[in-house]
Amino acid sequence: MTSPEPFAFLGCLELRELLPWEAHDARELGTALEKVPAESVFCHMSAVLMHRSATTETYPNDFAVWAASEARDARLAERLAAIDPFQADSMEPVRDALVSTIGDHLQHLPAAPPGAHGQPFRFFQVHLVPVPTGHQARTLGEFRDALAEVDASALFFHVIDGRYRRGLGRGDFAEWVDTALGRPDVAERLARIDPGVGNLERIRERHLRVLSEALEQAR
Amino acid sequence: MARMSWAKLDDYREVASRGAVDVLLHIGERLRGRRIVHVSASRYAGAGVEVLNRLVPIMNDLGIETSWEVTIGGADFDTIARSVGKALDGTEQVITEGMLERLRAVLGDNARRLRLDADLVTVHDAGPLLLVESRGSSGRWVWRHHGDVSTAQTLLWSAIRPAVQRYDAAVFSLPRFAAPLSIPRFVIYPSIDPLSERNREMPRSEQSLVLERLHVARDKPILLQVGPFERDGDPLGVVNAYRLVKKHHDVRLVLAGPPPAAGDVLADVQEAAARDPDLVVVTLPPDPQTELNALERAATAVIHKPLETDFGIDVAAAMWKGKPVIGSAVGGIPFQIAQGLTGYVVETVEGAAFRIRYLLNNPELIGRMGAAGREQVRRHFLVTRHLASDLALLAHLTR
Repeated sequence: MTSPEPFAFLGCLELRELLPWEAHDARELGTALEKVPAESVFCHMSAVLMHRSATTETYPNDFAVWAASEARDARLAERLAAIDPFQADSMEPVRDALVSTIGDHLQHLPAAPPGAHGQPFRFFQVHLVPVPTGHQARTLGEFRDALAEVDASALFFHVIDGRYRRGLGRGDFAEWVDTALGRPDVAERLARIDPGVGNLERIRERHLRVLSEALEQAR
Repeated sequence: MARMSWAKLDDYREVASRGAVDVLLHIGERLRGRRIVHVSASRYAGAGVEVLNRLVPIMNDLGIETSWEVTIGGADFDTIARSVGKALDGTEQVITEGMLERLRAVLGDNARRLRLDADLVTVHDAGPLLLVESRGSSGRWVWRHHGDVSTAQTLLWSAIRPAVQRYDAAVFSLPRFAAPLSIPRFVIYPSIDPLSERNREMPRSEQSLVLERLHVARDKPILLQVGPFERDGDPLGVVNAYRLVKKHHDVRLVLAGPPPAAGDVLADVQEAAARDPDLVVVTLPPDPQTELNALERAATAVIHKPLETDFGIDVAAAMWKGKPVIGSAVGGIPFQIAQGLTGYVVETVEGAAFRIRYLLNNPELIGRMGAAGREQVRRHFLVTRHLASDLALLAHLTR
């Protein structure tokens, strides 16, 4: 029996590029959202996880945070916060949801949207540079131990970037656990972990819990 | 050799977030052999100098040949370069075409003298900006501006913008500091070095010795503001906030800053201090890294309430020492403070007083916010993160 191909954990460095689009109110935000590259939607909806601290309890994406803190529009902030970037495997449905939510919100406003009290929304896109972490795994146990040690950016690269930007189905972890280790049951549980749990450390915890339970059951 | 060179970065394992140093070592391996040149107008003054002092040796340790060149010119060149810097930051200056020609001529001489053959040439701030007009065809050039060019003096910006566009990219400390350009614009936050004299761990006994020297007693909670005794630093606003707090809590306010060039605000602060033994004014010595370290560690809460600032990385320095920070909503301060989690961003004197009182009334929050602040800095504002951003820039531009 051949041993499975090892899983090499990659972390990533990020570089944030400021794009030429800005929005001073909700209407401009909706208009700009129709034009910006999908990479920018990814940056503000998903890559925001790279910056969130373990204690962050604010809204889960940059658009909602801006609507609350700069446009001072709590209703819009709540509605934008409810859009789940991890429901679809690409950013286009997410873009559509953002645009239609903003459009619906504007339709129900009695007057023109208030301008931003503070800073305009500035659109970014993120460039990710994959980097080996030096951690490899050949078994489920090694996989769990390495996952506990790797830089948090590896969680982002394999779980979020792999699945929602590179479009790699269930994400790299679930894919490897299924195909290389022949554990579709564990893969299924890993793939079902909701990345919207707040931050990368919580995503790590959820993965470690599933892996530890699987290892415990195998004893 | 490699083991020795990695040892210095290894020192950061104790303080950086889990796995971060490994990632840096591996990207270093991938980029080994590439050459970077930093160019600045000084090796001793300027926003990027402290971090360059740390980044350049670490980059070399990683095998990325990194050098730091400094432009030279006569006294008139320095004066013009300073004026251009101020004008780019939005302060009205008189800058003539003749002054810009002089700048060009001196930088042309520098371009012939300096070793600028590299994969990535990073030119810092205003002084050497026009060096790009003498660039060769090889290598990528980046303009790294640490201040705010969004409100640059219009005529000057119109004259200088074509030169800026000859760079391959520009890097700013905050999105709001950037000006419209047709080249790619990146945002890289500044950082603090956790192993520097300013931020290293300091035993309580050593803190006490330093505080004794500064005549700061530790017998009651200390509120600290570090900043220049200038109008923009708003020390009088902080005194007013302290007075509102003092009605309810027995605290001491320490205002620490360098000796001012013009002493009017310092005189006002000293006059207020003369009537209040709990208001302590500390005029810091040159290079006061040890003093700032001790003061920040002794503080119960740190106030950073300038009316205007650049990124204001002093906030991160205080948060690294586990202190909640009450900061004003200017510059990069709101980007560092997580509202209600690591401190508070405030708009007014009354807001600052309210938040300080809230903290003093809920002392359990002080420790919790301090710990959260330290984690916030660990992830986002340490020199290891800065190194990662610079390496990402190198990898991206030289791919």
